[in-house]
Amino acid sequence: MTAVLTTTSVVVAGRARRGARRRRVLVVLAVVALALLAASLLAGTTYHPPADVLRALAGENIPGASFAVRELRLPRAVTGLAVGLAFGVAGTVFQTMLRNPLAAPDVIGISSGASAAAVFGIVVLSLGDTAVALLALGGGLTTATLIYLLAVRQGFAGTRLILIGIGMAAMLDSTVTYVLSRASQWDLQAAMQWLAGSLNGASWSRTLPLLLALAVGLPLIAGQARNLQQLRLGDDAAAGVGVPVDLTRLVLIATAVTLLSVATAAAGPIAFVAFMAGPIAARLIGQGDSPVLAAGMVGAILVLAADLVGQLATGTRYPVGVVTGVLGAPYLLYLLVRTYRTGGAL
Amino acid sequence: MVAVHAPEVTGLPRPPSGRRGTPRGRTVGVRLAVLALVLGLLGLAVLASVAFGTRPVSLAEVFSALTGTGGLGEGSVVAEAAVRQRIPRTVLAMIIGASLAMAGAAMQAVTRNPLADPGILGVSGGAALAVVVGIVFFGVTGPVGYIVMAMGGAAAAAVLVYTIGSLGRGGASPLKLALAGAAMSAAFTSLVSAILLPRVDVMVTFRFWQIGGVGGAQWERIGAVAPFLLAGAVLVVGMASAMNSLALGDDLAVGLGVRVARTRLLASVGAVVLTGAATAIAGPIGFVGLVVPHAVRLLVGPDHRWLLPISALAGAALLTAADVVGRVVARPAEIEVGIITALIGAPVFIALVRRLKVREL
Repeated sequence: MTAVLTTTSVVVAGRARRGARRRRVLVVLAVVALALLAASLLAGTTYHPPADVLRALAGENIPGASFAVRELRLPRAVTGLAVGLAFGVAGTVFQTMLRNPLAAPDVIGISSGASAAAVFGIVVLSLGDTAVALLALGGGLTTATLIYLLAVRQGFAGTRLILIGIGMAAMLDSTVTYVLSRASQWDLQAAMQWLAGSLNGASWSRTLPLLLALAVGLPLIAGQARNLQQLRLGDDAAAGVGVPVDLTRLVLIATAVTLLSVATAAAGPIAFVAFMAGPIAARLIGQGDSPVLAAGMVGAILVLAADLVGQLATGTRYPVGVVTGVLGAPYLLYLLVRTYRTGGAL
Repeated sequence: MVAVHAPEVTGLPRPPSGRRGTPRGRTVGVRLAVLALVLGLLGLAVLASVAFGTRPVSLAEVFSALTGTGGLGEGSVVAEAAVRQRIPRTVLAMIIGASLAMAGAAMQAVTRNPLADPGILGVSGGAALAVVVGIVFFGVTGPVGYIVMAMGGAAAAAVLVYTIGSLGRGGASPLKLALAGAAMSAAFTSLVSAILLPRVDVMVTFRFWQIGGVGGAQWERIGAVAPFLLAGAVLVVGMASAMNSLALGDDLAVGLGVRVARTRLLASVGAVVLTGAATAIAGPIGFVGLVVPHAVRLLVGPDHRWLLPISALAGAALLTAADVVGRVVARPAEIEVGIITALIGAPVFIALVRRLKVREL
């Protein structure tokens, strides 16, 4: 009797401890993200002191600062935050569901699908921002479905899905380059946005569809976070504890692809953010708890920090995707080396 | 794409099938017929490459330009000049296509991996990065300088990818190698972008080091790269018989008296030289080395003494044809040939992945 009580109390204490750690991590991440958001408003080609920025945000007219802060930096910073949030959440949903950190949507070509559709909409069909977001959504969903259908053959294998996704990404990236090469008015710098991702074209009309998608999608995914954790243990185990497996999976994938595609329409496929955010968040938060929210915040931090680095670190203004690409590729290699060394099943 | 021949696609050891007379599977007659077919296709591609382009040219003008007779009047002078410009371009496409196809076949044999390709394994990306670094930071100029940088980069990338891909249990599996290669490629592309973006002037000139193309063909560049490509080709073809034994597995190959490590090393060096030199002149072009050897293997069987030369011819035909397509479909603009090969090659890659059984990945 006492033994059972002790075990229960140990479990309860452990759960409380992990819960406290999770809350602490989330608070710290939120503070860092907000600090970076503020820094993006203050810093730029010229530095504006906090007092000026606050007054400009409140609607006062400050020569030099008002336009830069309200029309350029605020939409850029908000877009960066929203895009990072969407990429982080969508990436970790995929990684958790397919039980493989490499199964991030930007590695397996879903971002490329959304990007190809967006570029097609802009260059060939001359669509407006909302229509482009919808078209990107169609591209992302189609690509995800296609990769899944191609990967199912005598049963489903995550490894096969990853390789097929890599092939798909190569094809779609070539399509993007092809479409861009036909559009003479696009110079190379602008073209980079659709190959690597950039916040240079950020505007309210582009961000609005993304904010709407986040308002609907984040609560949806957060509501399924517990079921997602159960899915990690395998379909049978999840069904055993009462998770409606097929429904959960459908809702989660559809929502994740939506967030990812609409975010891609807003800023291009910012390289490796969806891939990096999940593993980093899982490491911060520890095993056993859902990393979805933390991954979203890590994604936002990555995008905002990389954009600041890209703008300020050197004399050149790099698109954010080049910075995350340079950071993310070694991380991908590190992850490969670690997984192979420990003999992990890939 | 005959389903009966599917087992040979992987290049893995298989017991001799009762359906075929010999383990190698094809008679000399079939092989000679394939050879004739490939030669015919190459001839057609070359003819199309000279005749078609951004500017339409009549056949009489092509003939006149090639023979140097002239005499078609003032209107044809420009057309003849256009044709003469297309000749080095066609030659470049042929030798690059042949080199990449041989490099791919050699990599598939050495790594015993059906998914090996200079592009997929990141070797081309490493070569391109090295060239860009050489130009921007070390002031390297001239084709020979590019070629030396590119071969260094290709070698470094090949060693790195193979080392990472063979860590851990099970050695270098197709999945691990392909993933390590894809990761390296992504890293190289990002670095090339980061180096080139602030230098818009360099970027416009050297755009083909981001996406491979043969538009910048010049006789002096071709002359500079030809000896390297020839050396690489001789090295790879010289290893042809030994590569056949590699397919049987290391133990059996040793039993047959093949020096496995030496074969691997020399064939790899040949493949790296071919890839590096080709990339130095034409930029990273993917999937030629994947698609061509697989298609040729379906037709002539896995014997490298036939596979390598016919792959070279077929690679030349494919890249020349792809370049023609790139010039014609987007008139008056041109599409780099690297885009076309990816569009053709990625579906083949996907089909190959679908064929592999899960345990082979």
